[in-house]
Amino acid sequence: MTQVERQQWDVVVVGAGGAGLRAAIEARERGARTAVICKSLFGKAHTVMAEGGIAASMGNVNEGDNWQVHFRDTMRGGKFLNQWRMAELHAKEAPDRVWELETWGALFDRTPDGRISQRNFGGHEYPRLAHVGDRTGLELIRTLQQKIVQLQQADFDEFGDYEARLKVFQECTVTRVLQDGGPAGGGRVAGTFCYERESGRFFVLEAPAVVLATGGIGKSFKTTSNSWEYTGDGHALALLAGAPLLNMEFVQFHPTGMVWPPSVKGILVTESVRGDGGVLRNSDGKRFMFDYVPDVFKEKYAESEAEGDRWYDDPDHNRRPPELLPRDEVARAINSEVKAGRGSPHGGVFLDVSTRMPAERIRRRLPSMYHQFKELADVDITAEPMEVGPTCHYVMGGIAVDSDTAATVGVPGLFAAGEVAGGMHGSNRLGGNSLSDLLVFGRRAGLHAAGYAREHASSPAGRPAASQARIDEAAAEALAPFHAAEGAENPYTLHQELQSTMNDLVGIIRRAGEMAQALERLADLRVRASRAGVEGHRQFNPGWHLALDLRNMLLVSECVARAALERTESRGGHTREDCPGMDRAWRPVNLLCRPVDPAPADPAADRIALVRARTDPIRPDLLALFEKEELVKYLAEEELYE
Amino acid sequence: MTTYDARFRIWRGDAEGGELRDFTVEVNDGEVVLDIVHRLQATQAQDLAVRWNCKAGKCGSCSAEVNGRPRLLCMTRMSTFGSGETITVTPLRAFPVIRDLVTDVSFNYAKAREVPAFVPPEGVAPGAYRMRQVDVERSQEFRKCIECFLCQDTCHVVRDHEENKPAFAGPRFLMRVAELDMHPLDAAAEAGLDRGRAAQEEHGLGLCNITKCCTEVCPEGIKITDNALIPLKERAVDRKYDPLVWLGNKIGRRSGTP
Ligand SMILES: Cc1cc2nc3c(=O)[nH]c(=O)nc-3n(C[C@H](O)[C@H](O)[C@H](O)COP(=O)(O)OP(=O)(O)OC[C@H]3O[C@@H](n4cnc5c(N)ncnc54)[C@H](O)[C@@H]3O)c2cc1C
Ligand code: SF4
Ligand code: SF4
Ligand code: FES
Repeated sequence: MTQVERQQWDVVVVGAGGAGLRAAIEARERGARTAVICKSLFGKAHTVMAEGGIAASMGNVNEGDNWQVHFRDTMRGGKFLNQWRMAELHAKEAPDRVWELETWGALFDRTPDGRISQRNFGGHEYPRLAHVGDRTGLELIRTLQQKIVQLQQADFDEFGDYEARLKVFQECTVTRVLQDGGPAGGGRVAGTFCYERESGRFFVLEAPAVVLATGGIGKSFKTTSNSWEYTGDGHALALLAGAPLLNMEFVQFHPTGMVWPPSVKGILVTESVRGDGGVLRNSDGKRFMFDYVPDVFKEKYAESEAEGDRWYDDPDHNRRPPELLPRDEVARAINSEVKAGRGSPHGGVFLDVSTRMPAERIRRRLPSMYHQFKELADVDITAEPMEVGPTCHYVMGGIAVDSDTAATVGVPGLFAAGEVAGGMHGSNRLGGNSLSDLLVFGRRAGLHAAGYAREHASSPAGRPAASQARIDEAAAEALAPFHAAEGAENPYTLHQELQSTMNDLVGIIRRAGEMAQALERLADLRVRASRAGVEGHRQFNPGWHLALDLRNMLLVSECVARAALERTESRGGHTREDCPGMDRAWRPVNLLCRPVDPAPADPAADRIALVRARTDPIRPDLLALFEKEELVKYLAEEELYE
Repeated sequence: MTTYDARFRIWRGDAEGGELRDFTVEVNDGEVVLDIVHRLQATQAQDLAVRWNCKAGKCGSCSAEVNGRPRLLCMTRMSTFGSGETITVTPLRAFPVIRDLVTDVSFNYAKAREVPAFVPPEGVAPGAYRMRQVDVERSQEFRKCIECFLCQDTCHVVRDHEENKPAFAGPRFLMRVAELDMHPLDAAAEAGLDRGRAAQEEHGLGLCNITKCCTEVCPEGIKITDNALIPLKERAVDRKYDPLVWLGNKIGRRSGTP
């Protein structure tokens, strides 16, 4: 039997990024005693890296903007696969969430009349992104962090204890969501099983409600803008608890990552570079994006360079340049140019601001990009173009949730918000729509988790409790890498092989044969991962942590590969060379990944089963926001008659 | 692409003690010190402890000392060293070691809690905040801080003086006080809170003798001393002698906003 410390809380929030912190603030303000747990130090979550801005139709720069326009842009960007109710709530509530940040001390860049400034971004009809230079994520996370501190200060004044009602467990990792069901899993949420990096010690946070806000999965790919934290933990925790994942085939490859030198390959070059006037050119010096405007967007984008250039100053009488198409389009275009032999010396294309605006303006509008290229690549972006290429950036797929409450499907007490949740962005996310998503649905998750916890604290059935047996299982699983036999596998090697597999075989352009091959390799990697072994002891041991993360990455990668193989069309972030067109018949189809139940003992066996589900019909008043001619391009035949 | 073998000395150990260990490791074009530490983990020292997240100088996790100088490992390029040079990497000196290159930085989180939060102005609804760009720019400079704590590590007031820690918030959090004090809409004064005086009396501003070492190590290039600490000192002095001057400043700034 494992002796572990147990603590009781009302709500446990897993993740301290934008979504997790916003959820924790809400839960605490609703009276729930709330614990936040995160893998890194407080304030370092991935959200800190967000650059360009946060989308909200405040209409500060162009009064024509409103929630309906934002909703339309979001649905178009996601090729109508978005869970429309989420897109609606998001568009409606985003402005309030941004304004609220100001009351907590955030300092956004201003318009001349003193409001929050908003900038252009791909797929957004109007300038919509509130921003602070190109470090918006830092402002967001710091503001939320400081709001948490403020709540803790209030508790200190009242109880003499900063952590009486809101505590952050930093550098701690959750390896299992605990439930009150039998050994086969299932049942109501009872808490989380965790380890502390610093000591390697295990502990249990008991709570009737758990919010997963763990972010994305990019670390399963070789070229990525994501940090070590992005190992798909929340996705895996949900699956292991019995909650399905939605549309995992949709992974966003951001068109502009750094390509040189190799050690920085994949690091993001913010879309603001293009939003502020930067252009893409191939090795012939041609602005090639004009050749890649797809039919569905033909009427909305400029046909000539002159028109595109005029748009920056006179958006009402000109159309936007095609560099600002949604990300999936731009990423594919860059990929094609490179393939056709018109790439830059290091296998990307050129992104140029140096000829487009004065050096001083570049340094002011894009300070971190200037810094990043200067420091890491010896490139002065005010004097020469950057070299850029696609990088794995974001996962649109995620835990299936109820739009209004952020509750997961089928696991009472389990909620999910932020990048880990699916649905909101459909098949492709627009830039800036993530930060707003974090706040809108983070708040909703916190609100409903607190409500659920309150009900269950006083329910006759009592607080759900995890049995000692489940805790022992979780402890044994976490310690397995220390007991690997002779010939143990090196977790770093396994991780590298996994990354190559996903990058090369389930990457930006996909083919059936390769994905089938990927599934075979994943099965092989699962077998080897079951023998992963580590050196040293439990205290702050990165090799051990990676060995534990492998379970999650392998599960999530299987979901991505399986769903991608199943969806025989190209849509948004999912591009198949063997099925190049968007197929309207696939519009109303959601692909759900469910865990094979009971979990097979043989590591080579499939872990994931796919289920097709029909999307909810889009509400008529929301459909009425679009022209008939446009809907015909997206909706399936039978949907048009309904 | 050029590749060579570099010599590294990396401190390994824990709270009980430790030592510098020698490593020889491959280096490729364009790499940073963090890449080398990662290569060591993958090939020679699986359990070598280091903090990092973004690998792009944005999160402030990978702070350590390279050849004795506080730096971000992910922004320290190998090309800044000669290929024959031995590079020494040690944990931040001002904080207790947990393991290898990882230190216990909880001092900083404790100090963060001691600075009273932003006080929203009464009667201004969310969405109705109006501030001019020129007025927010001063505080915005300080909000570029990525909390790498390099300035906290280097400041001589605490670097080798554990005894000063209780009384001194350190440059990062004195700067936080300045940031709030310069926020065009912070209503601390109306709530009876004098941030300048608190900096002096509660956060140890007086211990700072403006050596500017903090400014020199800041990877964000924030002018901590010139733009935050010195103005804060001046204001603290003003207010000590004449509260009306200070109130006037505050009101003057407010009515200057559109
Ligand atoms: C370089 C970059 C730039 C971006 N720019 C923009 C932008 O300009 N606008 C925009 O809208 N979006 C942008 N995005 C996307 C956006 O930043 C992310 O989608 C978003 O920040 C995710 O936030 P989150 O709250 O869901 O998760 P995160 O901020 O990633 O937080 C996840 C949290 O979960 C914790 N966690 C994970 N697993 C566990 C576990 N097992 N146990 C305990 N804790 C765990 C982590 O420690 C972390 O605290 C950008 C992304 C990148 C990579
Ligand atoms: S200027 Fe002040 S705070 Fe900065 S290092 Fe010197 S003494 Fe420390
Ligand atoms: S002020 Fe500069 S050196 Fe100090 S913590 Fe912030 S970023 Fe780091
Ligand atoms: S890893 Fe983020 S600053 Fe170095």
